[in-house]
Amino acid sequence: MTQINVRVDGASYSDDVEPRTLLVHYLREQLGKVGTVVGCDTSNCGACTVHLDGESVKSCTVLAVQADGSEVTTIEGIADGKTLHPMQKAFHEQHGLQCGYCTPGMIMASIDLLKNNPNPSEHEIREGIEGNLCRCTGYVNIVRAVQQAAGEMSSTAGAQA
Amino acid sequence: MTLTDEPTTAETPVKEVGNARLRKEDARLITGKTSWTDNMVLPGMLHMAFLRSPVAHGTISHLDVSAAKDRPNVVAVFTGQDFKDEQGSIPCAWPVTPDMVNPGHPSIAVDTVNHVGEAVAIVVARTRTAAVDAVEAIDVDYETLPVVLDMEQAVEDGADLVHASTSSNTSYHFVFDAGEAGTGTDTDAAFADAEVTVSRRFVQQRLIPAFMEPRSAVVGVQGDNYTLWSATQIPHILRVMGALTTGIPEHKLRVVAPDVGGGFGGKLQVCPEEILALLVARRLGKPVKWTETRSESLMTAHHGRDQVQFIDVAAKKDGTVTGLRVRLLADMGAYLRLITPGVPALGAFMFPGIYKFPAYRFECDGVFTNKVPTDAYRGAGRPEATFAIERIMDELAVELAMDPMELRRKNWINAEEFPFTTVAGLQYDSGDYEQATQAALELLGYDELRAEQKQRRESNDPVQLGIGISTFTEMCGLAPSRVLGSLSFGAGGWEQASIRMLPTGKVEVVTGSTPHGQGHETAWSQIVADELGVPFDDVEVLHGDTAISSRGLDTYGSRSLVVGGTAVVKAAEKVVAKARKIAAHLLEASEDDLEFSGGKFSVKGTPGAGLGIQEIALAIFAAHDYPEGIEPSIDAEAAFDPVNFSFPHGTHLCAMEVDTETGFVKIRKYACVDDIGNIVNPIIVEGQMHGGLAQGISQALYEEAIYDADGNLTTGTFVDYLVPSAADLPTFHTGNTTHAATSNPLGAKGVGEAGCIASTPAVVNAALDAVRHLGVSDILMPLTPERVWRAIHQGGDGGARVAEGSNAYGGATTTETGYEEAK
Repeated sequence: MTQINVRVDGASYSDDVEPRTLLVHYLREQLGKVGTVVGCDTSNCGACTVHLDGESVKSCTVLAVQADGSEVTTIEGIADGKTLHPMQKAFHEQHGLQCGYCTPGMIMASIDLLKNNPNPSEHEIREGIEGNLCRCTGYVNIVRAVQQAAGEMSSTAGAQA
Repeated sequence: MTLTDEPTTAETPVKEVGNARLRKEDARLITGKTSWTDNMVLPGMLHMAFLRSPVAHGTISHLDVSAAKDRPNVVAVFTGQDFKDEQGSIPCAWPVTPDMVNPGHPSIAVDTVNHVGEAVAIVVARTRTAAVDAVEAIDVDYETLPVVLDMEQAVEDGADLVHASTSSNTSYHFVFDAGEAGTGTDTDAAFADAEVTVSRRFVQQRLIPAFMEPRSAVVGVQGDNYTLWSATQIPHILRVMGALTTGIPEHKLRVVAPDVGGGFGGKLQVCPEEILALLVARRLGKPVKWTETRSESLMTAHHGRDQVQFIDVAAKKDGTVTGLRVRLLADMGAYLRLITPGVPALGAFMFPGIYKFPAYRFECDGVFTNKVPTDAYRGAGRPEATFAIERIMDELAVELAMDPMELRRKNWINAEEFPFTTVAGLQYDSGDYEQATQAALELLGYDELRAEQKQRRESNDPVQLGIGISTFTEMCGLAPSRVLGSLSFGAGGWEQASIRMLPTGKVEVVTGSTPHGQGHETAWSQIVADELGVPFDDVEVLHGDTAISSRGLDTYGSRSLVVGGTAVVKAAEKVVAKARKIAAHLLEASEDDLEFSGGKFSVKGTPGAGLGIQEIALAIFAAHDYPEGIEPSIDAEAAFDPVNFSFPHGTHLCAMEVDTETGFVKIRKYACVDDIGNIVNPIIVEGQMHGGLAQGISQALYEEAIYDADGNLTTGTFVDYLVPSAADLPTFHTGNTTHAATSNPLGAKGVGEAGCIASTPAVVNAALDAVRHLGVSDILMPLTPERVWRAIHQGGDGGARVAEGSNAYGGATTTETGYEEAK
């Protein structure tokens, strides 16, 4: 067992983990952060996407020990109290989800996409989220949601500047 | 009790039905507060992991689990020998013919294995990792048997057998002959008299439903009571079948489908692992959990499609169709699961599509192979039928040198002919194919694209353009119980709903339909808000738990709104009727003098006084003052059994660019106009269309479950099985026409499967339209660049992408005049 110290969604945790434990399993099984889900074994589907020190990662492709000393943000940590993150709000308003299983990862990946490219074209959005699979929506409304969030987040950023 | 004043100006209540309500469900789904089955943790819960067969066909010659039992944290290890006397058989609810051969389907192999991935041993351990680790310590050997993979070889005399207990690999031979049924004329005569005939062999490749949430089951034990939480589409059916299979009395088994992450038919199953979780929990008296990995899911959850279709069409030279003949080989896989044999039989009635064929004959052989069983996948029988008819209509148009839309128009049912009884004996309810077609042509920009196609062809552009058509209909709203009975289906097709009026005026709606992404909670709230005149937010929809909704037949076949939604309407009508008696009593008026509008009873011609239904709920909870002779409750329950299917239809158009130098195909534009009857929530409808289109297009372009010559699934991960990403799909342009269904008061026809059923032939027809002038008349699905390039440059249908010995390899090939049989 190896000890790790991690901050997850604003709280600090100190745990012993098997060195082989994946970050996603640590989040789900030891911390109860079950908002983050597992969809595949091969890092194709992106359902487990979280932010590790602000960067989007597939938490099935990161060992828990690699997160030692890091800040992890999951789908459970992006709303500001009762105020949804603009990306969460946009997924709701654009009907960017149906069963919702891919949604946590899709939202986390989309937030990261906008961080790197605040005003993406439709093509750039589609390319940007191609590491996240959705079986329900056909992606059209997910693209619309990311476009809506991009608009809202850039105008908010502009107002703050 | 208070009587409320009514405003002097009568307000028209704002209708919820038809309103683009945002979904209630989203609040938990976008914040990670979801209750997936795998999230569940019970005190003392043990974890199950399976040893699965690496061989497609063999006998278990040696199986020693002792080393696994000795591993740390392992509580028990079981084999088929441990459960052979109590596991029964996975049920098959659809014996499509009286003499159908069902060899039985053990949940865990006892002596023989019949497909790769079949369960051979179960490790039960304190943690998931301990269970998986211990599987590695099991010592097992197999004596391999000949592997049966190709249906056309499997049905030949003297073929190797999948099941030694059977005399052939044919499970059943199902025939529907319109001449014999009295719904059409003699098919042989139609072909004998035909001026033109066209024959083709089409391959429906094997697909994997690939729901995003892997299957998961948790069993809780309370004495001799068991609760099974499962990622299932069918908690009610699972309860009945689980009880019958395991011997757990039905009243001691509760099944809960919590939040379920997609299904698409893939979770319309009584899974071996669900049965085994119950058996293990019963044996150990401990709660257990099983959650599959993605590769387990792709390898062992049921697959879909997988048919070889031989289609003949007869016509006059003017294009009038005179006969249709269909012969199918349908791959059952190794066993018959819940509706494995019924899927192609369900399709039998849809091959004539929207056309007025006078003669029709359908034959299907269900064939065993050493692969995972097939069963429902979005559309289940109807996509296969739609593909065949829409493809062969294009082939007939080419044969006759007619415009493919003109050929369709000449033969389709005209708007004034509804209701129309087809040659397959179905009565299509309503629609207007011309109207939908005109709207779709405009949405696509058909004329401009045809002009561009002509220009590219004349300039010999390396990137050619094609336009594909699919004018389709489907049978939805499964299903009238008596019709299901006549088809030997093992259950009815009704649905149940109840409405509980709580003392505070809030409303609980209990539905037997079980959502897994379709937005039932929102749509049902809209329906009830209108029916009862209560605020949308005052309605809570309860579902998916047999302890809460005791009766139900669950979600598949585009049935939820059409059948389940109607049951909700019927229950609401009963609530209003019961409340009316109490309102009359409290308002001191005759029931006949009361009108109910906007949630309020008022006396006709007496504005100013009224009584809200939510107030009546409190009044009857108190029950201090209510009429003699009635029960103190306005709660109500209703079951609805439709008298007919509903028949959504639409026109789907695909414009496709084909790079003749690389074989790469790219959808330029996709437009469709669907008539799904009245719409409860246009946002949900559009979403369902999008998702269906993605799956139908993906069958045409990307997806194929491929087995190698030894029966190994070579597409066992998302690396190999191509579920499309956002980058692989276009934007969809969708629209609707509205002709209300006549079989239910909502006028709804169903939308869950429409996009998936209609789109596949539109895409393939588009690709062929782009390159037909280069001598290409068919390309096998999926249209990989390799296949498209080969078809253009080497002729034929693009050839096999699969290993020798499996269905799509070395079979018959399409020729100018029809097809050549397999060599």
